[in-house]
Amino acid sequence: MGKTLAEKIFDSHLRDEPFPGTKVLNIDRVLCHEITTPVAIADLVWRDKDRVFDRTRIKAVIDHVTPAKDSKTATQAKMLRDWARRHDIPDFFDIGHNGVCHAIFPEKGFIHPGHTVIMGDSHTCTHGAFGAFAAGVGTTDLEVGILKGVCAFREPATIRVNLDGVLPTGVFAKDVILYVISRLGVNGATDKVIEFRGTVVDQMSMEARMTLCNMAIEAGGTSGVCMPDQVTVDYLWPFIENDYAGKEAALAEFSQWCSDEDAHYVEVLNIDVSTLEPQVTYGYKPDCVKPVSEMAGTPVDQVYIGTCTNGRIEDLRQAAEVLRGRQVAPTVRGIVSPATPKIFNDALAEGIIQVFMDAGFCVTNPTCGACLGMSNGVLAEGEVCASTSNRNFNGRMGKGGMVHLMSPATAAATAITGVITDAGTL
Amino acid sequence: MQKEFGGRAIVLDRSDINTDEIIPAKYLTEVTKEALKPYLLEDLKLEGFDSNGDTLAHARVVIARENFGCGSSREHAPWVFEVNGIHTIIAESYARIFRQNMFNCGMLAIELPKAAIDALIAQASTGQLHVAVDLEGQKLKATAGDQRLSYDFAISSFDKALVEAGGWVEFADARY
Repeated sequence: MGKTLAEKIFDSHLRDEPFPGTKVLNIDRVLCHEITTPVAIADLVWRDKDRVFDRTRIKAVIDHVTPAKDSKTATQAKMLRDWARRHDIPDFFDIGHNGVCHAIFPEKGFIHPGHTVIMGDSHTCTHGAFGAFAAGVGTTDLEVGILKGVCAFREPATIRVNLDGVLPTGVFAKDVILYVISRLGVNGATDKVIEFRGTVVDQMSMEARMTLCNMAIEAGGTSGVCMPDQVTVDYLWPFIENDYAGKEAALAEFSQWCSDEDAHYVEVLNIDVSTLEPQVTYGYKPDCVKPVSEMAGTPVDQVYIGTCTNGRIEDLRQAAEVLRGRQVAPTVRGIVSPATPKIFNDALAEGIIQVFMDAGFCVTNPTCGACLGMSNGVLAEGEVCASTSNRNFNGRMGKGGMVHLMSPATAAATAITGVITDAGTL
Repeated sequence: MQKEFGGRAIVLDRSDINTDEIIPAKYLTEVTKEALKPYLLEDLKLEGFDSNGDTLAHARVVIARENFGCGSSREHAPWVFEVNGIHTIIAESYARIFRQNMFNCGMLAIELPKAAIDALIAQASTGQLHVAVDLEGQKLKATAGDQRLSYDFAISSFDKALVEAGGWVEFADARY
């Protein structure tokens, strides 16, 4: 019997099996942000164990509320900043250099195929796009990760999602993952890895693959994963070119992590995307998904483009394509948050920021921002936001507010008309 | 040190109760567990449920449906239960991260089949439900008025070891 990518990573990182079925793994990347890490730091200090297992395998960023909005968030940032300095963490990203964790860490080339990655953030599954096993964990798991470089998991079974056919024009990775979640349900992948396969994934950029894997958690999945291939090698090449004789050698090594042909899957979902329409959520759970055509005309008060799901350069390009030469509706507040300084800079160089500003969007600094209602862009009671983020829970973006999840293109079209709109109908 | 389990139960009769409902993100700016105490289940909209009511204030056990604790990885969700004296949750199923966070904090996230949860909820409708937990024997005893029900529950050796150790930090620190 062959092995899945996740099984291969579990085998190669197994540190201990204290009880049958419990696998304690060595962790390659322990990622930290200022919301879930300070309590772990405080607890380590209280226990007189203020140490880090390997300062080069720990990466940290201030991203959720930045610049700080009040004394409490300033304290959280300070706790992370002081800790990073105290332990001389080389990869720590603060004001001027910081961006959304699941965008900036991959962008820096930190995540490689075969890695184990944990972070105190549920959307850590994003990094599985590189053929890594990447799981969101709580603060206690994070704390042990920082101190010991290990984390315990039940070995997850894998669901294989075959995405075949040809993506229609105007349909993107976000539409695909929303549709997949609607098929699996919000707990359809609990304790499981979702493996995204098929010709559609093969042709996707790393950015699009990250969008797919980012929302694996919304179906309950431990990690989303894609098979490492030439696209992965090309993306990582600037960071690894001194480690390999050539791209072929890198590809050969990365490919060893790919699932074997005879690997076992607990479930296989076959989806032909050729007739897929743009998708949007309608309720308070991410599996409440309909084609945009069935929700067209629903009024919105705010449009939010950004986040770890859809704040990357491709996403901004797709939105700008729709916005170019058009104006945001007078009833709508448009907000765009490029996910990292590099993305912001690239968008400036490409004239995309100008397009957003000409259309009447507010351009914010890179931050998690409105997505979880912690800093800027919070909704008032009864307001509705069309958002490229990943979670539409009741009150997520502010008490009494409603969120509809959609692609950047749909969000941009919605900003122009003021009602949920398929960009293809403009 | 092992925590205390069992006590008065409150029923939250819905699936997919998420971490934003358990503790809204705006309170994640707190850096101590105790500071979360007033905000338990503040955003949960459920018929007959009052997050400021006495029933919740006196509860030591929560009974719920499927996929409890879905959404965010925030350990603030188990913490806000912990600082309110709720160390035991009984549900049909859990989101993975929430469930792991409970055991990592040395608390119990017990899974029971739907029929058992149905019976517990029916029992709770007859009067104040008390749940006693026998971790060693892996049994729950539920009492409401004269009605007594007993259920066996499964717990993995690892989860049990975490509860006995008082949490994952204690367990891992002794072993790795």
